[in-house]
Amino acid sequence: MSTHVVRLPEAQLRPLLAAYEASVQSRRRHTLLILACVAVAMVLASVSAEVAPGRFIDNIHRFPSYIVRLFHLENGQPVWTDPGEWFWGLSRWLRLLVETLLMAYVGTLLGALGAVALAFLAAANVAPGRWLRIVVRRFCELCRTVPELVFAMMFVIAFGLGPMAGVLAVVIHTLGALGKLFAEVVENIDMKPVEGVASTGAPWHVAMRYGALPQVMSNFLSYALLRFEINVRGAAVMGFVGAGGIGQDLIEAIRKFYYSDVSAILVLILLTVAAIDTLTSWMRHHLIGLGERQ
Amino acid sequence: MTAVRDRYPEHFRRFGRQRVLVSTAAAILFVLLIYGMGRLGFFDGKLLAGLGRLVEIAGLMLPPDPGSWAHVRIYTVSLVETVAIAFLGTLSAAVLAVPLSLLAARNVTAQRIVRFFARRSLDTVRSVDILVWALIWINVVGLGPFAGALAIMTADLGSFGKLFSEAIEAVDRKPVEGIASTGGSHILGIRFGILPEVFPVLASQVLYYFESNTRSATIIGIVGAGGIGLHLAEAIRTLELQQTSFIILMILVTVAAIDFVSSQLRFAMIGRRAGAAA
Repeated sequence: MSTHVVRLPEAQLRPLLAAYEASVQSRRRHTLLILACVAVAMVLASVSAEVAPGRFIDNIHRFPSYIVRLFHLENGQPVWTDPGEWFWGLSRWLRLLVETLLMAYVGTLLGALGAVALAFLAAANVAPGRWLRIVVRRFCELCRTVPELVFAMMFVIAFGLGPMAGVLAVVIHTLGALGKLFAEVVENIDMKPVEGVASTGAPWHVAMRYGALPQVMSNFLSYALLRFEINVRGAAVMGFVGAGGIGQDLIEAIRKFYYSDVSAILVLILLTVAAIDTLTSWMRHHLIGLGERQ
Repeated sequence: MTAVRDRYPEHFRRFGRQRVLVSTAAAILFVLLIYGMGRLGFFDGKLLAGLGRLVEIAGLMLPPDPGSWAHVRIYTVSLVETVAIAFLGTLSAAVLAVPLSLLAARNVTAQRIVRFFARRSLDTVRSVDILVWALIWINVVGLGPFAGALAIMTADLGSFGKLFSEAIEAVDRKPVEGIASTGGSHILGIRFGILPEVFPVLASQVLYYFESNTRSATIIGIVGAGGIGLHLAEAIRTLELQQTSFIILMILVTVAAIDFVSSQLRFAMIGRRAGAAA
């Protein structure tokens, strides 16, 4: 059985086809215009960023050779032939890794506690004062826009070299990032419990504690865990500016071309980060499950 | 009252199971915090002295002052360079990530082995910090902004590969099936069935990363990979605190401007509602 396709008469079809053609043409022109703009921007950016394709092609062979060299020992053997030699500084690096994790932990916890307080002051629906809210929001913005490492460099001047400067930098950055996220969570709560508590004559902080906090707690914890993951990565490079953690050994190894040390430290960091990621994502799923059951 | 008490015994017991659990967890967290602070030198007496010095430093940073007009010109040029690094790095990462993410997406690549290797390599690339990539690229192409752009490209490649492949996996199957039913090949299915659907999502993610990369690009200068970071680190190390705060102010203004432009573009592309949620 053949299907019968109804065709419009030629006279009716022609203007329709022409209109279709025109609309396709205009979209195509539009796309080309955007592509041209991007291309021009790219050329300008390449000039500013001193992009040198010639130098790139001449030197690109060094990239794989650098990676290969990372996995060779001083004596020219691949690293896996002698794991003892590869991880010769294991006890020192593990100590520094623990220090890095502690930096991330202390920084995240202190920052998150501060962020809880700031969030209630910054959320539009519960904030006690309008001006206070604006000030707190700007403060959070400042804390998260200035890069962690810049804070770390300034804290190194004030507190001296060592992990304390790094922790404080993590605290400030966490305060800014979580302050914003927490405030958004608080803005999405159901206001009825808060109004209920307030209607009994309770002061603001009691209304927040019993009306708002129980609603947001599981979200707060889950965001804080996510932040901990990010902060572990952040704390691992704090040592680049002398603010403690495994970063100081990593940058020394890179700068002094201790190739096998670089790969050993990187492998340790990658393993730690992967372990922390798995652990926190398991905890987050557990938390979400817990929140839904209640 | 007794009836209520009988119905909800859990809420009236002074130490319910939930409560014991929560307080134990809190106690463990607290002990670990104190141990950590002790180990990291918080109780060595440096903290108070340092805080005093910090206040002093903050005082010296005000008011922000570039020193001279020559400095303003240098800073502006390197700020433009920073934005250029972020732009180039983000765009080239996005272009390279599209084929890789197709390889890592379940509904495009049927071979498990290819998918597995595509994903693992993306994960590894993503886990190495951008500063480490910058140091590696400096070894390859030398000091300067080019190394910075390459560093941002490599670091973003991992993130984009993951995000894009997730977006591709979430597409509606029907357009692809429609194209397959007309006899279209696998490649045509990707081109006309998947790409039109994911393109706005990908573009908005790229724009979002451009914002955050502008921030990253300000710090890669600290290790010598171009941009304003070099001047910032120099100003901090030589204790030119008023110049430091001036540079930070310039960075804040630039980041805010890029934030504004890119969120406008994002809204224009995917609609205000979806943009706010993303």
